[in-house]
Amino acid sequence: MTTMTDRADRRVIISVASGKGGTGKTTLAVNLALALSAFHDVRLIDADVEEPNAHIFLRPDLEGSRTVELPVPEVDKDRCRFCGRCAEVCAYGAVTVIADSVLVFPELCHGCGGCTLLCPEKAVTERPRAIGVVEWGRAGEVAFVHGRLNPGEALVPPVTRAVKEFIRPGGVTIIDAPPGTACPAVAAVSGSDYCVLVTEPTPFGLNDLALAVEMVRKLGLPAGVVINRFDLGDRRVEDYCARQRLPVLGRIPFDRKLAEAYARGRTAVDDLPGWRDRFSALGREILERASNGRRPRISDVSDP
Amino acid sequence: MTQHLKPERAGLDELVIISGKGGTGKTSIAASLAVLARGTAVLADCDVDAANLGLILRPTVREEHEFMASKLAFIDQDKCEGCGTCLEVCRSHAIEDSGGRPAVNEYACEGCGVCFHVCPAGAVEMRDVVSGRWFVSETPYGPLVHARLGPGEENSGKLVTLVRRKAAEMAEAQGKDLIIIDGPPGIGCPVIACLSGASRALIVTEPTLAGLHDMERVLEVCHHFEVPAQVVINRFDIDEANTRRIRERCSARGIEVVALIPFDTEVTRAAVRGMTIVEASDGRTARCIRALWEKLNSERPEATPKGR
Repeated sequence: MTTMTDRADRRVIISVASGKGGTGKTTLAVNLALALSAFHDVRLIDADVEEPNAHIFLRPDLEGSRTVELPVPEVDKDRCRFCGRCAEVCAYGAVTVIADSVLVFPELCHGCGGCTLLCPEKAVTERPRAIGVVEWGRAGEVAFVHGRLNPGEALVPPVTRAVKEFIRPGGVTIIDAPPGTACPAVAAVSGSDYCVLVTEPTPFGLNDLALAVEMVRKLGLPAGVVINRFDLGDRRVEDYCARQRLPVLGRIPFDRKLAEAYARGRTAVDDLPGWRDRFSALGREILERASNGRRPRISDVSDP
Repeated sequence: MTQHLKPERAGLDELVIISGKGGTGKTSIAASLAVLARGTAVLADCDVDAANLGLILRPTVREEHEFMASKLAFIDQDKCEGCGTCLEVCRSHAIEDSGGRPAVNEYACEGCGVCFHVCPAGAVEMRDVVSGRWFVSETPYGPLVHARLGPGEENSGKLVTLVRRKAAEMAEAQGKDLIIIDGPPGIGCPVIACLSGASRALIVTEPTLAGLHDMERVLEVCHHFEVPAQVVINRFDIDEANTRRIRERCSARGIEVVALIPFDTEVTRAAVRGMTIVEASDGRTARCIRALWEKLNSERPEATPKGR
């Protein structure tokens, strides 16, 4: 165990992603965090800011929070000469100039600052608009951070970025990513040292795993796969991983006790005998791969 | 003959199936309803970054189109004078200093074009990029409009809007008054694009604390966009106490729970064979989904009240 602890001063970031939703990302991220916290300084970052769930299982004592804001334009009617430059530069249709009025649609604004910067009359200023919140605290040995997008808000990546500002030097950071492969998932996993893709052995799981693999390859992230409920489907996910030379890091059987514990917001590591050791072993395997730069990155492995 | 859902606006009923939390069974239920509609509906898969409806409805692609809605900054290194203005103005942190030269990180670039507007050397060009594809297919159960956003791409909301618009056009052209939409997880941009202006939402949840938490958030979004919602509790027998809790929350909010579907590994086994549960079996689960379909045909939900 000494070598593991010795390595704890180095920062390792592990992201947990999936393509398909509901495959067990949060289960894996939370149980890994709990199991590894016996040996390491562990920080869990729930970056699924649309539907954060890790707090349900970790029940952290929250110590602080911060509002996530986007700077949106405000037009000084006295200075504005209605030249229309703001509307012309806005790539999101958030500003419209009609005759002698300027309409701002804050919910469309991405906060890029273009209109403010480029207004020839300096008539545009910015005011902060809240779109979400970041909260942090501790759950026993685990440092905890999550973000929450306000319901009704569309723009996810600024909240994801705000959550990821809480990555600290040293220790192990585990990022629970949102499902999918679009910009929210990319914002969550980018910059990690290793990405664990959780899937299930169904046609849906396989299809979405392949999309997630495409995403991590484009980002140049090394990755491995955990197959959840591996005994409920068929072998096509296993065959795919073998063809793609993707390591299968773990196989979790369907276990009604596990499903029931999950339903009640309980964790396998804390509640079910034998699971702490299994998640510790899986965590060590992942840390080993994340720390070991000599292993080929999956972006180097070509399609069969 | 299956009875049509009553049209609400412009003769069209858009039934959006969403969940907040992923993996609660949206696609399995959407596909089953599609089968039960027997060709009376247009089908749309609006989970554009992980579209799965096509995996189970056996589509034959009839049309394929490129989706272009995004722009990315490209820097002409011959024109660039290395002044660094673009780095300073970019709030997406998408321009990095690469040995005294600006380099665009295409995953971080949001296409705002501020660098293009400020570059004194005119070295930045905003180029259209293909960020996905969309398809019109035929299935044994009616036409299917679906799409595939490229991994890491933006503008999933615009692609969702495009899929919905195309589905509405097809419904109009073919005289169908129902569109069954398989929606994305979450509550962000693609969910909003899916919900806004839709006739009703069917929220598929599961009796877990996570399922309850996520259902509450997606109900807030339904309320925000004034879309009436109903709830299905899938795998209700995994935790009866949580099922009770969800029913209580729904009842307190004035939301009807329209179906309780049991946990059944037969649903997974059917999916592995590329089938819906209503085709594969006439068991308890299939009967529950048939009853749900009848119920959706006979009742309409009212506006989603705000939660307390």
